[in-house]
Amino acid sequence: MLYLKCPYCGQMADETELASGGQAHLRREGPDSSDSAFEAYLFLRDNPRGVHFERWRHAYGCGKWFHAARCTRTLEVFGTYRAQMGAPPQDILAAIAARRGETA
Amino acid sequence: MPTKRYSAFAIAREALRHHAGWARAWGNPVPKSHYDVIVVGGGGHGLATAYYLGRTFGIGNVAVLEKGWLGGGNTGRNTTIIRSNYLQDPSAAIYEKARTLYETLSQELNMNVMFSPRGVMMLAQTEHELRGYIRTAQANALQGVETKMIPPERVRQLCPILNTDGPRYPVLGALWQPRAGTARHDAVAWGYARGCSGMGIDILQNCEVTAIRQKGGQVTGVETSRGAITCKKLAIVVAGHSGVLARMAGFRLPVESVALQAMVSEPVKPCMNVVVMANTVHGYMSQSDKGEMVIGGGADGFNNYTQRGSFHHIEETVRALCETFPIISRLKMLRQWGGIVDMTGDRSPIISKTPLGGCFVNCGWGTGGFKSIPGSGWAMAQMIARGEPGPLAAEFGLERFREGRFVDESVAAGVAH
Repeated sequence: MLYLKCPYCGQMADETELASGGQAHLRREGPDSSDSAFEAYLFLRDNPRGVHFERWRHAYGCGKWFHAARCTRTLEVFGTYRAQMGAPPQDILAAIAARRGETA
Repeated sequence: MPTKRYSAFAIAREALRHHAGWARAWGNPVPKSHYDVIVVGGGGHGLATAYYLGRTFGIGNVAVLEKGWLGGGNTGRNTTIIRSNYLQDPSAAIYEKARTLYETLSQELNMNVMFSPRGVMMLAQTEHELRGYIRTAQANALQGVETKMIPPERVRQLCPILNTDGPRYPVLGALWQPRAGTARHDAVAWGYARGCSGMGIDILQNCEVTAIRQKGGQVTGVETSRGAITCKKLAIVVAGHSGVLARMAGFRLPVESVALQAMVSEPVKPCMNVVVMANTVHGYMSQSDKGEMVIGGGADGFNNYTQRGSFHHIEETVRALCETFPIISRLKMLRQWGGIVDMTGDRSPIISKTPLGGCFVNCGWGTGGFKSIPGSGWAMAQMIARGEPGPLAAEFGLERFREGRFVDESVAAGVAH
């Protein structure tokens, strides 16, 4: 079973408490963006076989959205961080590099 | 590789000579340096694509590249249900094409795929579901797909082990498709592979694509674990791994890969001869010819390539089915497995040209891949042969997401997700 630590309330939550929100760090397109840019924002996804930065909601806990770095091939979790961050923080990237010898 | 016909006479002949004359069902050739069409993915959809390219559209210089073994992905990991009771016209057309081809597939391939049109019923267990299915039945009538609504008494007649009285969700009726059913999934892959091999199409197993070569926006070939191969046209038919291949080709897809689980019980005596789907409580069940109860449920919610699913989904599915079929409450489960399904935003497939010239993609079948194999392969082969999608594939292009022309089966149809 998948466990993620909620960075807000600090609880280790199992996946029955969590709701997945898909790929993280998507930038919302504005009203004057092109159709292709809007398509990319709404539908196109990296869907990697490997490290995936994704959104989760602690749905049956504190209710807050947060981010997680997780491997879709091994289900290894590299860490979680707050939803306000526009990009993965250094300590998460370092944790991935330490485990993988690779950067995302 | 020429194939010998399977027949009752062949069995008798081989019985008299210690079964020494059975040949390999398909060849194991060395990759050539060039093919007109390369199909990546040796599952049902990829093999069917290659088969119809050769059989119907006269393109014989074709190779099917498979990184593992034939039908080792979702083709061997599904619950073998075949039905075509979809709401939207484009879906009904392609799934009905597939179901129609399944009817005579054993004769066509000279391989018994054990298609059993035993009937599929989808239970309506809420007032909303009942109205939804009435709408689907009426849409199906217009589409020429034979389905009808049946009352609870008929449901009890067709499947006596079903508990129609609740407690949570009493059965209010069902959408019944009498010519839907099941087939033997491995035989579908093997039959197409044997048919391909008989036409001289190369089936290359243990051949993983590692890169896609292109020049001036046009595909020129692939690099594989068995060497580089050039081609004029490339078909990506790899289901859950479509995103990985798309990345090699330099574009992204509106697809996310998640795990979908299924399981089978110990074999028991025949107790149900129809397929039952209970989408409100989220479980579906049929009985295999060996007597095992074949059970499926919901997909996991998060991106996953591990071919194993979450334990709590098993609990959810089993709980739902024990409620629907009290008789199975003490049945032991023999096996459980997961497959990686590629889900699109509108839960409809993608059969499309791509931003890369000469490269075609067939993916996004999500939880409905097995039932669509013949129709999907046929439509894909037609598109590869013509260079443009035919009527069956036209509505399933990638551009529909940009243009907002969804074939929306996620909220409308009675599809278990």
